[in-house]
Amino acid sequence: MCRQRLARWGYQLIQIVALVALASSAYGADLSETLKELDTRNFRQQIEVAREVAASGHERAPIIVKAIQQGHMYLRASDQRAFIRRDDGPAIDSVSGEEVAEPGQLEPVGINNLVRMKLRDLVARLELQHPNPDKRLAAVENLYGSLSSEEAERVREFAVDETNPQVKAAMRTAVALYKLDAGERAAKIEAIERLSGSLVQKSRNALQAAANDEQADPAVREAAREAFASVQTQLTIYGRLEQLFFGLSLGSVLVLAAIGLAITFGVMGVINMAHGEMIMLGAYTTYVMQLLLPNNIALSLVVAIPAAFLVSGAVGIGIERGVIRFLYGRPLETLLATFGISLILRQVVRTVFGPLNRQVSTPEWMSGEIVFNPAFSVTINRLTIIVFALAVFVGLVLILKRTNLGLWVRAVSQNRSMARAVGVRSEWVDALTFGLGSGVAGLAGVALSQITNVGPNLGQQYIVDSFLVVVFGGAGNLLGTLFAGMSLGILNKLLEPETGAVLAKVLLLVFVILFIQRRPQGLFPQRGRAAES
Amino acid sequence: MIKSLLSDFARYTKRTMVGTAALGLMAMGSVQAQEDDKGPIKVGILHSLSGTMAVSEKPLKDIITMLIEEQNEKGGINGRKLEPVVVDPASDWPQYAQKARQLINQDEVDVIFGNWTSSSRKAVLPVVEELEVPLFYPVQYEGQESSEYVFYTGAAPNQQSLPAVRYLKEVYGIERWVLAGTDYVFPRTTNKILQAWLKKEGVSEDDIMVNYTPFGHSDWQSIVSRIKEFGAQGKPTAVISTINGDANVPFYKELANQGVEAIDIPVLALSVGEQTLSGIDTEPLVGHMAAWNYFQSIDTEANKAFIKQWREYLGESDRVTSDPMHSHYIGFNMWVEAVKKAGTSNPEAVKDAMPGITVPDLVGGYATMLNNHHITKPVFIGEIQGNGQFSKVWETKGYVAGDAWSSLIPETADLMSDWTEPLECGKYNVATGECEGQERQSAE
Repeated sequence: MCRQRLARWGYQLIQIVALVALASSAYGADLSETLKELDTRNFRQQIEVAREVAASGHERAPIIVKAIQQGHMYLRASDQRAFIRRDDGPAIDSVSGEEVAEPGQLEPVGINNLVRMKLRDLVARLELQHPNPDKRLAAVENLYGSLSSEEAERVREFAVDETNPQVKAAMRTAVALYKLDAGERAAKIEAIERLSGSLVQKSRNALQAAANDEQADPAVREAAREAFASVQTQLTIYGRLEQLFFGLSLGSVLVLAAIGLAITFGVMGVINMAHGEMIMLGAYTTYVMQLLLPNNIALSLVVAIPAAFLVSGAVGIGIERGVIRFLYGRPLETLLATFGISLILRQVVRTVFGPLNRQVSTPEWMSGEIVFNPAFSVTINRLTIIVFALAVFVGLVLILKRTNLGLWVRAVSQNRSMARAVGVRSEWVDALTFGLGSGVAGLAGVALSQITNVGPNLGQQYIVDSFLVVVFGGAGNLLGTLFAGMSLGILNKLLEPETGAVLAKVLLLVFVILFIQRRPQGLFPQRGRAAES
Repeated sequence: MIKSLLSDFARYTKRTMVGTAALGLMAMGSVQAQEDDKGPIKVGILHSLSGTMAVSEKPLKDIITMLIEEQNEKGGINGRKLEPVVVDPASDWPQYAQKARQLINQDEVDVIFGNWTSSSRKAVLPVVEELEVPLFYPVQYEGQESSEYVFYTGAAPNQQSLPAVRYLKEVYGIERWVLAGTDYVFPRTTNKILQAWLKKEGVSEDDIMVNYTPFGHSDWQSIVSRIKEFGAQGKPTAVISTINGDANVPFYKELANQGVEAIDIPVLALSVGEQTLSGIDTEPLVGHMAAWNYFQSIDTEANKAFIKQWREYLGESDRVTSDPMHSHYIGFNMWVEAVKKAGTSNPEAVKDAMPGITVPDLVGGYATMLNNHHITKPVFIGEIQGNGQFSKVWETKGYVAGDAWSSLIPETADLMSDWTEPLECGKYNVATGECEGQERQSAE
């Protein structure tokens, strides 16, 4: 009781001090003197300045501290006056808040990561009453577990008037975290009830710490233990879900990389070692599109999809007409010839674009993650790639099953002479089929440009995996490729936490080899007369 | 007893035989030396120009040819021009050994500048020791090695990783550590040394997470997720990354996507340079760090002139410079000084003239070749900026002398290397006062 009263007095005292500070800084002169101290490469001093500004209680203190933290603070070369400027926006006098049209020469206040890190809490404290509820939420969440007793009391009062339910809940969690740490027995148990079932990492840490605290009251310990156990099953489920998502995402990349090969190798029987380079060309096409449309990354990515298909497809047709058609029925020579083509393509790209990796940006809407709850979130770029892989798969199946081209492709691959006998131009179909497979590899390149290096060796990373997926799925079967890719992806992600990335890859390879020993036709063997011949 | 007698005998006979041979050679040698000292001095360049290492190594070849051109414009050394001999070991480790042999035997080079990976250096080591030609190795490496014919101008662990970890511990107050690396010799040895240091500092086993991934690893989802979980336990956490080359881009992209920012869990990289960054959008990575002995952004007149010269030489206005290039710059200038000092380009004489040579570096000081064939360097921590460059945020107070053998690993704690008189031993045990191998092989 006494303690609470003390806290209240303390709070009132702070309010008084803040009021006095506000009055005294009405001219803002002191603050601009303080801000001059920012002119230093001594990062600790910058942190001190920011703390002083925050303690001044000046109405613009939150804005100023945030500007320092985000590196938007500038000092005028002539008189060290502090200005705030965001990117190319206007210069704003930091103390008065007025826009200054011609501020003169401004030097940025160079901060480092340590300053950003240390000032984050300070900004959060100042933004607890920010008009924007998202900012308030972020501020409260930042302060989980680091509130002092006065602050906890303040947050409790804010929570009463808070209108946004999410922020309100977060504020209560913050207060509960404080009470669990510093409250009395009853307060602790109350706090534990509040935190029970919360998936927030800091709540879980606090509950676990309380459950393991040997000196704590047994009742508190027991309550904490129960509360901690109550979220465990949920956590396990979310953990599994996350693993599943990772697996599907890896699987979708494998499917994308392999599905073109499922056509050229699976359907046509051509061992195409240059398949990886078709992927690489797709990725470079994305890069070129970005160079052409530098101001609209999202549009360039959309345009890159048909462009990459056409570029890789055209190169594929060129390879088929120029080299492969002379080598049908001679797999070893095809292998060597396409390997040579792969080397040539890589060197061409190296000569044209240089050996360094090229930077492909991710559009705004594809970065970040969707947060379902504190224990489970999904990255948007990966989700997009899963959807994209499925779309490519469905599109390809439709082409093969519903179009004339698809009909001819299937006819030629099943029985070439019979197809020719009924008037299918088999040579023309061969070229188009190879082009289709290569074009789809180009599509994979567009997707991969979003998650990995765009460099001359991009394709090399995926060629072995692609063959693995196609062979495992059963050559000539698109559904097999889909299942094989997805199951290998999931299997890899299930193994990885237990064995480490290196061993997981080894185990996977061993598994596929053993599987092929047992079922040489793969997961979905071709049936019927064509397969047997 | 018998064994030691035998080995003594063997050593004795070897000495005398070499000695006699040397005596015999010396008579002709004086004539030959004069003949040798005519014509251009041949400089071997052993960097991969094709294959996976080409990205990293081609600029190193270019830097040496640029420096040779510059030296020739100044009139060469001792009145003799320099002639580069470039070979391409094609990113294939055994080929490095073959090409080194070819450089020395066929092309008769007097010095070799080359190699990037430790595996390739280990392949070349026996060749340069057998054929007695010095090799300048410009890349930061794992240490635990000393060779009479290798000059290590890159950083040893005590000139890069250890100061970096100390910085994180003291300035950031980091308590939990993720050591993430690619699965090969440099990360494994470095992490062994770092773990030993952390344990000595009282960090418990539970607060260290070690993770290795294959070369070119591209799916970082679960590992980043684990790092996130590991870092959310209430103690300040940092990642020390020895992830190599291409695997870095997807790693950083995944960090950005899962929202792991430098103010949550800073990543300090030991193998990420300006070149790696040129392939990534660095905006989400601002604040992550790297430890090197040189950054392109270091603001000295010498460095600005160097960058200008480099860009003009290649005719590309946006080319970046990096730490290994700086090491080659120092190594080349040291070699030039040693040739001047020795008055000949004879490999043996130049090698003996190397220790003690001091040349200006590009970061505002002087680098000295030490008796253990490592050099003195300042250590910098730089933070990634939005423009793909590093900005220096910390540096060691003075220059740090490179250690060949780590004092943190029990087996090598008492070892030191000194190739000058009177020790002349690459593996001298201070505790027992004995040379445990790698004695000076050439005759006086």
